[in-house]
Amino acid sequence: MTYLKAMRPEDLLKPMPGGLCSPVGGFHVDPTRAVDKALITHGHSDHARPGHGAVLATQETLDLMRLRYGENFAGTTQAIRYGETLRLGGAEVTFHPAGHVLGSAQICVEAGGTRVVASGDYKDVADPTCVAFELVKCDAFITEATFGLPVFRHGDPNAEIGKLLRSVALFPERAHLVGAYSLGKAQRVIAMIRAAGYDAPIYLHGAMETITRYYVSRGINLGELRAVRDASKAELAGTIALCPPSALQDRWTRRFPDPVSAFASGWMRVRARARQRGVELPLVISDHADWDGLTATVAVTGASQIWVTHGAEEALVHWCTLRGLEARPLGLVGYGEEDETPDGDVSDGSEANTGGLPLPSGER
Amino acid sequence: MNRFAQLLDRLAYEPSRNAKLRLLTDYFGSVADPDRGYALAAITGALSFRHAKAGIIRALIAERTDPMLFELSYDYVGDLSETVALMWPVIPPPPARSVPSPACGGGISAPTLTSVVTTLAALGKSELPAQLAAWLDALNETGRWALLKLVTGALRIGVSARLAKTAVAALGDKEPDEIELVWPGLVPPYTELFAWLEGRAEKPITRDPAPFRPVMLSHAIEESDFASLDPADFVAEWKWDGIRVQAVAGEADGKRVTRLYSRTGEDISGAFPDLTDALDFEGAIDGELLILREGRVQSFNVLQQRLNRKTVNAKLLAEFPAHLRAYDLLVDGADDLREQPFAARRTRLEALIAKLAEPRIDISPLVPFAIWADLTAPRADPASAGAGADAGAVEGVMLKRRDAAYLPGRPKGLWWKWKRDPHVVDAVLMYAQRGHGKRSSFYSDYTFGVWTAGENGDELVPVGKAYFGFTDEELAQIDKFVRNNTVNRFGPVREVTHEADKGLVLEVAFEGLQRSTRHKSGVAMRFPRISRLRWDKPPREADRLETLEKVLNGRALGSVQPSPLEGEGGERSEPGEGSL
Ligand SMILES: [Zn+2]
Repeated sequence: MTYLKAMRPEDLLKPMPGGLCSPVGGFHVDPTRAVDKALITHGHSDHARPGHGAVLATQETLDLMRLRYGENFAGTTQAIRYGETLRLGGAEVTFHPAGHVLGSAQICVEAGGTRVVASGDYKDVADPTCVAFELVKCDAFITEATFGLPVFRHGDPNAEIGKLLRSVALFPERAHLVGAYSLGKAQRVIAMIRAAGYDAPIYLHGAMETITRYYVSRGINLGELRAVRDASKAELAGTIALCPPSALQDRWTRRFPDPVSAFASGWMRVRARARQRGVELPLVISDHADWDGLTATVAVTGASQIWVTHGAEEALVHWCTLRGLEARPLGLVGYGEEDETPDGDVSDGSEANTGGLPLPSGER
Repeated sequence: MNRFAQLLDRLAYEPSRNAKLRLLTDYFGSVADPDRGYALAAITGALSFRHAKAGIIRALIAERTDPMLFELSYDYVGDLSETVALMWPVIPPPPARSVPSPACGGGISAPTLTSVVTTLAALGKSELPAQLAAWLDALNETGRWALLKLVTGALRIGVSARLAKTAVAALGDKEPDEIELVWPGLVPPYTELFAWLEGRAEKPITRDPAPFRPVMLSHAIEESDFASLDPADFVAEWKWDGIRVQAVAGEADGKRVTRLYSRTGEDISGAFPDLTDALDFEGAIDGELLILREGRVQSFNVLQQRLNRKTVNAKLLAEFPAHLRAYDLLVDGADDLREQPFAARRTRLEALIAKLAEPRIDISPLVPFAIWADLTAPRADPASAGAGADAGAVEGVMLKRRDAAYLPGRPKGLWWKWKRDPHVVDAVLMYAQRGHGKRSSFYSDYTFGVWTAGENGDELVPVGKAYFGFTDEELAQIDKFVRNNTVNRFGPVREVTHEADKGLVLEVAFEGLQRSTRHKSGVAMRFPRISRLRWDKPPREADRLETLEKVLNGRALGSVQPSPLEGEGGERSEPGEGSL
């Protein structure tokens, strides 16, 4: 029997210019440039990019990549189930639910008795459209920090849906346009609206039809859905329609009667941010863990090393240090929230965070 | 408190007046007494308690958070109350979840608005921090935000007292003026007001010795109106460019009460102690608030400088002395004159002003005329028609029927506003910005410029911004032009092509010009608006800065017919909307 030399977490996963790379396993996780072998946590465009040689991901993530990038998005693909372990080079790899969007996974890499978990994007609250986040004990935990400031507490998302539905009841002659990311957020919002008892048809912007149809094909019940393009202006009075956030300020909105513009996002917690987008009905609904979620998760993974990536790295690293946890920012570039700009109309790039949070124009 | 917080939250984001009204009426109709009454008081500024200083709130959060995490958060959020509301620690801390966090913190029941307001009124200064902390523990994010805005006196939600009263009036299908009439006698939480509006009680009786009376307003006159009007039925007087006010004085229980109201009935006395002290009569005068220096009326710009000040001190009073120029007399002693014809009221007003002999109060002179054409010269040149050195502050003339009673609102055919013709220039569109609310998908705010000599030949220099005056159809045309001719983007702003041969010429109408050090061009326009799109005109033929400088020096430019917007937009909004 041979004793393996204890591995350092850096031997298992290491930040490189193109993303996280595994020296011992010979693969990358969510690489930002084309590589031979890529493990993908989930289908958002900043994590799942086309052009890799071989891609390993959950079936849902592979399907979503195919829908977005076409049949030839990678040389070869391989699907992996949650909880299934594969040997890659000198490492063992297991995918666990991340609770972020349909098919999203945390990737656990283990070798020589050391375990590193790359959590991708995750959230620790209920979501009717994906499998719940699973806690994985590990030595080093790589966490996102999209909402890594103590001001981000997302609260009860059902209360936000309640706010939307009250507004729909109060303004029956107006259409309510809800901006939501077209993969994950849109379907979750629809599912929550249904759970709140709203059963009228819900209208969809063309850019979200394909993915929403895919969610339905995976057994997620979203009720009656209609395409906005088939509806007359009069027909849209009193309805709820979902669109990509960038469409909220687009000429596309002119087809609606006196629309109320809503936006479902964790960013809506901060008023200057909501105002910057011209939103009238901000809905604080996020697919990322909030500050309480991030800190609670970091604490219970048992990890002695916390690596912080995309978002407000500084505050979370500081919090870890206060708790006696060894923490460092990874400084990876190229991850943020995905945002579609179908006509390139949104030029302020306010959603595409790379690195630090942009400062809103405050009244300080 | 939570329901009130939700209302404030929603109002703070809502740009449309009608939608705000709907939200307010929904709130007042569905929330019980006395909470809704205190909400009405909070919105109309009728609550009085000592406001909490920012220092108290900073100290509370410092005891509870790490300083670096607070600084990073404050930097990001930019507003102290909001930062504290968002990062206030929830007690007990939420467990590692898979359950949604509770709507209010800690399971302690959230305070009602009534308990917050009544407790604050009675609370000693030293007890405030602990009480605030207890409330913050019990509220959710939105509740904490609303509480902090309330206790620091910074509600700023874009709702005037008038709008709130209009929403309340709608509960009982009443006109807002009916609320104004009973308002001075009422105190929070206004249960008798709501009882009356809901048909459960009689109308509350006003006992105020100096109440507001709803104001009579005019219509902008159109060329076509003159045909049906007989000049002999009318008198003309100057329309001064100040703030329409109602000055009321009376006596109750041996104490004199004097008040100054805006035309919507907001009590603005606090900002003009110099004028309220001078109201040594009994009655109600309708007039214009002006700033006079050495007997000369100052421009509206000067008046605005006084309006923008938060505190009224001796220096301000000396630099910006307030003056009342009287137009009309509604009440004289015990006599309510409103049913009497204008001519009779004018006689009483002349007598009252003469008897007063108060330098701060004078009467607006009449402008003699026999036929309409006689008024052309005074409108074009008020100086030589009796306005003298004050001519710059004349907006036009008012035509009033001699036999008209003083009626609230905007009755048709009795009072007409005949403005001086606006100035017009042809300017070139330079930048366009997205609008708000309904217009958020349109580029609807335009910065335009005129030609001036630059280092490398002629260049355009921005001279103003306009966001109205055009029709919906024209808006769509300009929007399309902006999208197709963008040369640069700066966030929500687009720079559009503006070259000698390529670009869009806008005919801009405006009321006047002032010198300005804030603008590169050195001039600032009053009430600029787009009067026509000159698709036919190449930018090289647009006006030059020298042309505008001529206006500054008192010479008139070309003129256009009054634009339709003057019906409503020309009337200045009351000073209560944020400036006082
Ligand atoms: Zn993601």
